[in-house]
Amino acid sequence: MSAAELPATHYLNATHGLKSWLLTRDHKRIGLLYLLGVSFFFAIGGLFAALIRIELITPAGDVFQPDTYNRIFTTHGIMMVFFFLIPAIPAVLGNFLIPIMIGAKDLAFPRLNLLSWYIYMVGGAFSLYSLLHGGVDTGWTFYTPYSTAFSNTYVIATGLGIFINGFSGILTGINFIVTIHRMRAPGMTWFRLPLFVWGHYATSLIQVLGTPVLAITIVLLALERLFHLGIFDPARGGDPVLFQHLFWFYSHPAVYIMILPAMAVISEVIAAFARKRIFGYHFVAFASIGIAVLGFLVWGHHMFVSSQSVYAGTVFSVLTMLVAIPSAVKVFNWTATLFRGSVSFETPMVYAFCFLGLFAIGGLTGVFLGTLGLDVHVHDTYFVVAHFHYVMVGSTITAFLGGLHYWWPKIFGRMYSEFWGRLSAIVVFFGFNATFFPQFVAGYLGMPRRYHAYPEEFQALHVLSSGGSIVLGLGYLIPIVYLLYSIKWGKPAGDNPWGAIGLEWETTSPPPVENFAAPPVVEHEAYEYAERAERLGAAPTT
Amino acid sequence: MSHGPTHEALQHQFHSLDQQRESSTLGMWLFLVNEVMFFGGLFAAYIVYRSARPEAFVAGSHSLDIGLGLVNTVILIGSSLTMALAVHAAQTGRRRQLLGFLGATGALGTAFLVVKGFEYAHKWHDHLVPGPGFSFPGPLGGEVEMFFALYFAMTGMHALHMIVGIGLLAWVFAGAWKGRFGPQYFTPVENFGLYWHFVDIVWIFLFPLLYLIGRH
Repeated sequence: MSAAELPATHYLNATHGLKSWLLTRDHKRIGLLYLLGVSFFFAIGGLFAALIRIELITPAGDVFQPDTYNRIFTTHGIMMVFFFLIPAIPAVLGNFLIPIMIGAKDLAFPRLNLLSWYIYMVGGAFSLYSLLHGGVDTGWTFYTPYSTAFSNTYVIATGLGIFINGFSGILTGINFIVTIHRMRAPGMTWFRLPLFVWGHYATSLIQVLGTPVLAITIVLLALERLFHLGIFDPARGGDPVLFQHLFWFYSHPAVYIMILPAMAVISEVIAAFARKRIFGYHFVAFASIGIAVLGFLVWGHHMFVSSQSVYAGTVFSVLTMLVAIPSAVKVFNWTATLFRGSVSFETPMVYAFCFLGLFAIGGLTGVFLGTLGLDVHVHDTYFVVAHFHYVMVGSTITAFLGGLHYWWPKIFGRMYSEFWGRLSAIVVFFGFNATFFPQFVAGYLGMPRRYHAYPEEFQALHVLSSGGSIVLGLGYLIPIVYLLYSIKWGKPAGDNPWGAIGLEWETTSPPPVENFAAPPVVEHEAYEYAERAERLGAAPTT
Repeated sequence: MSHGPTHEALQHQFHSLDQQRESSTLGMWLFLVNEVMFFGGLFAAYIVYRSARPEAFVAGSHSLDIGLGLVNTVILIGSSLTMALAVHAAQTGRRRQLLGFLGATGALGTAFLVVKGFEYAHKWHDHLVPGPGFSFPGPLGGEVEMFFALYFAMTGMHALHMIVGIGLLAWVFAGAWKGRFGPQYFTPVENFGLYWHFVDIVWIFLFPLLYLIGRH
């Protein structure tokens, strides 16, 4: 490729000044605003994770008071789940890419899109303020009756922040669904859509159907605390387990809000760096929808030991294992895509390989936990903590970083250092495993979660985990340096630095304000690498 | 999809007013699906507690004012009719009719809230508001509190949606006043109508569940 140069005008330099960013309706700029937001909340959540790991280096609870420790892990959980993991990939990468991938000028509702960013920031600031000011010690799950009758902390204020933030997710979900239905370019049929779009479609369905249930749950929680309504109060005829049902009806599907976009990113990256059409495209597309639908039927597996009947438990156990099927379909199809592909190991692909390994472990331990008998044994132990960190951190954040590296040249028009990129991906992989694999062992041996002091026999494992978290933290810090450096001093990337297929690679890097110089017309399947190679009559690279 | 003369309401991301209207309407329907799930949480709580203590729920519903409930049902159904007529007036470009029907819808919605306010005041006066001040005669006393907790949560959420609806109505009315709507562009009126009908339908479920079931 000849020495590329950045286009003269693009969405980053079309208008100038703070106002042009804060009042923008361009989905690409809003995606970048979200990138700032999620990075900020990720840093806060990470800081609190560090405090947890510091406390757990020694068996005695010698750094923080027990109450303080409860507030620390609650803050870590709420910041990470609601303000980083749920919005991260859809609101940043999805926002930036979905209109471009389907050949549209913008999302269907640009003003709503900007509004959802403001709602997100207000909700986040509100929650953060109340978490730091008074703190909440209920854990991110707010279980009743502790949260309603006993906890003297800022439950309502924090809950209000999460409630407000919920609208942001709902609006983004509605925006994506409408955009995918109504804004596709001529020729962009449903089965020509990149799998990234399918994954986000499924995610949006969950956001629209699930988030309102969380909203009403928080409303009832607040009413209970404010007016002593009694709906979750056993002393007044209420049932605290009803809270768990309502909470997990949203919060289990929320896990799929976190993982489906991650899978969506991985499909794109693997196709691009194996230079092959995704094996079983239709199966991967429908697996996303399957996961979204089944995800709504498994909430009871969080309640195997909360007075749920054993028959209900059995049904939920079986349904939980069913979710493993579409997830496995995806993993096997990605693996089959690699087979005889022309595989190369650029940074995004290194992240994708990390994802495959970590998701396999996270997903399979999920099947362990879905097994009724085994779950009773490891319930509320570090085994559970390790499992969901393998899925949420090991899979989702890894995919987020992979996607960020894959589309970074498109977003800013410049390349980052490939050496530092690969290095940081490898550091993340080893740091992550060192942090969380010992937690499987500790949990299986009986280390309960949420304790700030523990028997001495667990110390070796905890020290290993805390040590690993330093490496992991380092792995997350390195990209900040070289990515920011690349914005200014990176080599111009050109339109299609990876030789990938997709509408986003047919426009300039960075794209113009309206995404394409001329409205695109789609004439090919997604990922038609083989056909392109045939057309060019040469090796399948540009 | 024809590329006719561009309308001032056409936003840059759409090719045509048709595409824009279809998008807005789909978005509104999705929002209503989301609303169904929101109220679904409350209905789930109602089903759980009603099946756990049916006698207390029957006793509770006997102490509601069925006359005022019926009046409010008629008022709300009437407002749905005027709303549907308002949408029709917008589609056919009759501005004065549109303003009249929107005004009537707003008046009926306000009347509903006033009646609801009187009902709430009676309940407060009769110590039927859940909390430390609650008292209900008879052996079922304590259990009836749950019925009223749900009554206030469900009708309160519904009333809140009515209040938001009247606020939106004022915005649509202002647009109609300025003559923004006509046969080519009436999406805000139509979508607001969908919202208004949805809030009406929620009441159509609340009224029998809270006032009628168990009454003979």
